[in-house]
Amino acid sequence: MITILKKLGSPKWFYHFSHKLTPWIAFFSITVLFTGMIWGLLFAPEDYLQGQSFRIFYVHVPTAFLAQSIYIAMAIFSFISLVWRIKLTEMLSKSCATIGISYTFIALVTGSLWGAPTWGTWWIWDARLTSMLLLFFLYLGVIALHSNFENRQTAAKAAGILAIIGVVNIPIIKLSVNWWNTLHQPATLKFTQASSITVDMLIPFLICFTGFSLFAAWMIILKTQNEILIRESKTKWLKEAIKNHAI
Amino acid sequence: MHPIRKKRLLLLIMVVLGSSLIAGLTLFALRQNMNLFFTPTQVQENIAPTNQSIRVGGLVVDNSLSRTPDSLQISFVITDKVHQIQIFYEGILPDLFKEGQGIVAKGYLNDNNQFIATEVLAKHDENYMPPEVASALEEAGHPMGK
Repeated sequence: MITILKKLGSPKWFYHFSHKLTPWIAFFSITVLFTGMIWGLLFAPEDYLQGQSFRIFYVHVPTAFLAQSIYIAMAIFSFISLVWRIKLTEMLSKSCATIGISYTFIALVTGSLWGAPTWGTWWIWDARLTSMLLLFFLYLGVIALHSNFENRQTAAKAAGILAIIGVVNIPIIKLSVNWWNTLHQPATLKFTQASSITVDMLIPFLICFTGFSLFAAWMIILKTQNEILIRESKTKWLKEAIKNHAI
Repeated sequence: MHPIRKKRLLLLIMVVLGSSLIAGLTLFALRQNMNLFFTPTQVQENIAPTNQSIRVGGLVVDNSLSRTPDSLQISFVITDKVHQIQIFYEGILPDLFKEGQGIVAKGYLNDNNQFIATEVLAKHDENYMPPEVASALEEAGHPMGK
């Protein structure tokens, strides 16, 4: 058991394994995302109330959802690396921050673009929007901590603790629309009951969601591979692999 | 488990619990302030302050919208299905403003419990459907937003 975990946590194993995996993830994420976008933005029916502007849903909801999922993943990786000092999870956690902040940014911008024609305003300080902005700043803090220490381990420790503390914000974002009254509407996609969206709108959404998820995974893997190349540049396995053109 | 790891694990769990406690207490203290707007019931119960900038929100009552000719002055009534408030507004309404739909208005309450709005925003719900489905529902007697 310990040996399996040790193997999974080694940058060498991860590099070789992910190297074989990336072409597949790349292919599927591009195809699925492309299909979802075309279907959602061109062929899905318009909304009875909002008309065409409803289509922002197909970008806004997947990115906003994944921004939070990636945060949780980042915090879990940080937790593991803080307790067990595993190099790989430290690198994975750092990669999650960059991709997560991009998704949060996309969610905030598309939300703003959606708010202008429907609500009549770009921004409002309601609980949902404010907690989402806080998520953006939490990511920013984690990235800043990673890049502002001379010592990489100290940086990872500080960033990891901030990432773990920030997890408190995730249930607040999720439940803000139920706990308080907000301008933002409650969740359309629900885990426990039927979603309040018709099937011909739900299917393109699920495709978009899968596409955005695969794309995030692809980007996180690429970022982690880069991180491995930088950090392990002096190791024997990497030098040999480069010499043999195995990478 | 190695004692040092165990210590670190416990320490981190304490960090998580501690920060959740802080966040929970802060939010508990801020309860009412976390709400974006007052409901008509809160206005009726005098929870909402008068002559002070606040927001109110509710559903626009059917056939309550009236416009003054030759001006942008309008008035309408919002409800939370228990109480109602009349809103006066001068300006352009958002596209989604419709009777039966939710709105959030910013402005102040005068002494007669009327709301003088300086900004009206439309709220929409989480239900999305094609126009055909919406009209089919309406024919069946279950119109949306009601």
